[in-house]
Amino acid sequence: MAIISKKDPLDFAFSMITALASLSIIFIIVGIFWVLIRESSLAISKFGVLKFLFSTEWNPVKENFGAATSIYGTFVTTVLALAFAVPTAVGIAIFVTEIAPNFLKGPIGIAIELLAAIPSIIYGMWGLFTLAPLMSSTIEPALQNSLGKLPLLRFLFQGTPLGIDILTASIILSIMVIPFTASIARDSFNLTPSVVKESAYALGATQWEVVKNVVLPYSKVGVFGGVVLSLGRALGETMAVAFVLGNNHKLTTSLLDAAATITVTLANEFTEADSDIYLSSLFYLALVLFVLSFVTLAIAKLFLIRAEKKFHR
Amino acid sequence: MKRLMVTALLLPVMAFATNLYAADTLNGAGASFPNPVYSAWAFEYSKASGVKLNYQSVGSGAGQRQIVERTVHFGASDDPLTSDKLAKDNLLQFPTVVGGITPVINIPGIRSAVLKLDAAALCRIFLGEIKFWDDARVTALNPKLALPHKEITVVHRSDGSGTTAIFTHYLADSCPDWQSKVGEGKSVSWPVGIGGKGNEGVANYVKMTPHSIGFVEFAYAKQNNLVPVMLKNSAGIFVEPNFKTFENAAETGNFDPKKDFALWLTNSPGKTSWPIAGATFILLAKDKKETNTKTVRFFDWAYRNGDATAKNLIYVPLPNTLKDKVRAYWKANGIY
Repeated sequence: MAIISKKDPLDFAFSMITALASLSIIFIIVGIFWVLIRESSLAISKFGVLKFLFSTEWNPVKENFGAATSIYGTFVTTVLALAFAVPTAVGIAIFVTEIAPNFLKGPIGIAIELLAAIPSIIYGMWGLFTLAPLMSSTIEPALQNSLGKLPLLRFLFQGTPLGIDILTASIILSIMVIPFTASIARDSFNLTPSVVKESAYALGATQWEVVKNVVLPYSKVGVFGGVVLSLGRALGETMAVAFVLGNNHKLTTSLLDAAATITVTLANEFTEADSDIYLSSLFYLALVLFVLSFVTLAIAKLFLIRAEKKFHR
Repeated sequence: MKRLMVTALLLPVMAFATNLYAADTLNGAGASFPNPVYSAWAFEYSKASGVKLNYQSVGSGAGQRQIVERTVHFGASDDPLTSDKLAKDNLLQFPTVVGGITPVINIPGIRSAVLKLDAAALCRIFLGEIKFWDDARVTALNPKLALPHKEITVVHRSDGSGTTAIFTHYLADSCPDWQSKVGEGKSVSWPVGIGGKGNEGVANYVKMTPHSIGFVEFAYAKQNNLVPVMLKNSAGIFVEPNFKTFENAAETGNFDPKKDFALWLTNSPGKTSWPIAGATFILLAKDKKETNTKTVRFFDWAYRNGDATAKNLIYVPLPNTLKDKVRAYWKANGIY
């Protein structure tokens, strides 16, 4: 073998060890996928694929399970969380790189990273004991009385504001995923060559115009990468949402209603699932989330690759 | 030098390992309901005998699974297994303590157990058929109370649990409507209401939400100063949830060793019984005689010395006649 004879034995050992580490990741992912398929085979044979994905019933007593409510909840909370988080995170990054005085840049950077370090169950408990009561007593009634009176938005704010609903869960999720986008966006913004920015300033552009027309287009790809990381985190977040979402298996259009996501269902029902079909259906849900995350992140990665190709044309 | 280091590192590992294999630790897992009392008993037992008990509160379902897989010495479950299921997995079963589940309410102005409900009203509230507190079916039971015209917010469990199993068993047993529309189990498809995670979650939501009703284990109601209700028991008398009514339910329950003590303590026939009581059970693997003897020794100690601790934590110890029945059951199975 040409590799062995030409390489230094230390080099060879090094390449083997790193190859092993990388291959083991693939083995682990394949292993997880295989276990999920094996354990959910009972549910797959009973419910099939399409029927399980589109059925809105989740009845442990009648042993009739469907993923539609959980998938819907995952989708809605993730989209809402990103809708709140991405503009905020980009705003934070812009502030830290362009606007803040130098002595503030360090502390704010550290604060953002600390936000990412807080364990998710702490977010859950904070949400349950602090945010949910605040939402139900002040913020949600205010929203119901203002935006809820507009004819087009009325359906979003139906129902009694109890604080345990999609809106509260999405807010907590968005706080959790801000750090990922914010740090990466900040690093991308810092990579804009100052020569380009200074030329823009020299031509008379205002700060806002420089950010909008020079910095943001330059670092689009980096920011998007940060958003993808946040998306991955939001899809899989469990404990923060489990306490404040209520695990209600119903499709609902109101933001003030409780709902269920795949992760919340798994966290709440896994230990007490007593029948085989119940456990198998929970594994089936986990498999659905696995495939969903994989597909979403693959699509995002494809966008990224295409955008990079266009950029480096 | 290196050899010395290796030996120095190995010695504590070996000591630790032999400690584990000395089987002076009993491992159990299961229901979260009796977790406080098992932990308190374990602490006192280890002081008295040197045997440590390690209990993981992972839920009745997980406890049942783990004893079937023989990965623990004993499993703990709130819902009793039938004799066929026990025979299929070669298990033994016996009760340890009794507890009560109480509906709790949050109605401004009502500060103690004065609201009277019966099974039919409770079923209809949890089915969503009774929507307001001043519904005729509720005011008929409470002519002297001024109930507001406010919507009832139902709070149930979002996770699976033995508490839900006992509560839904009571509702299914008492109302044919509930049996056909919802059924019973550790996890059910609740028609209305919001879900709280764990007894703590439900207690918290009821506390925060005016005009709400939920159900919790009595210890949680007491610790969080929640307002319970009075329920009509099978003798037709309205009773409050307290130690005496739970005790009455435990005494009048017919625990049968031939059925491995499998019994739901709902709607117990006693005159002052609380209608939603339940025992919690221990599951043992029949084929592990040696560890069963050790486990049974612990529970026998708890039967003799643990009553005061249990009462402090608001559990009802078993009546002495029942304890003797359990001892006879152990003897018949060769582990006592």
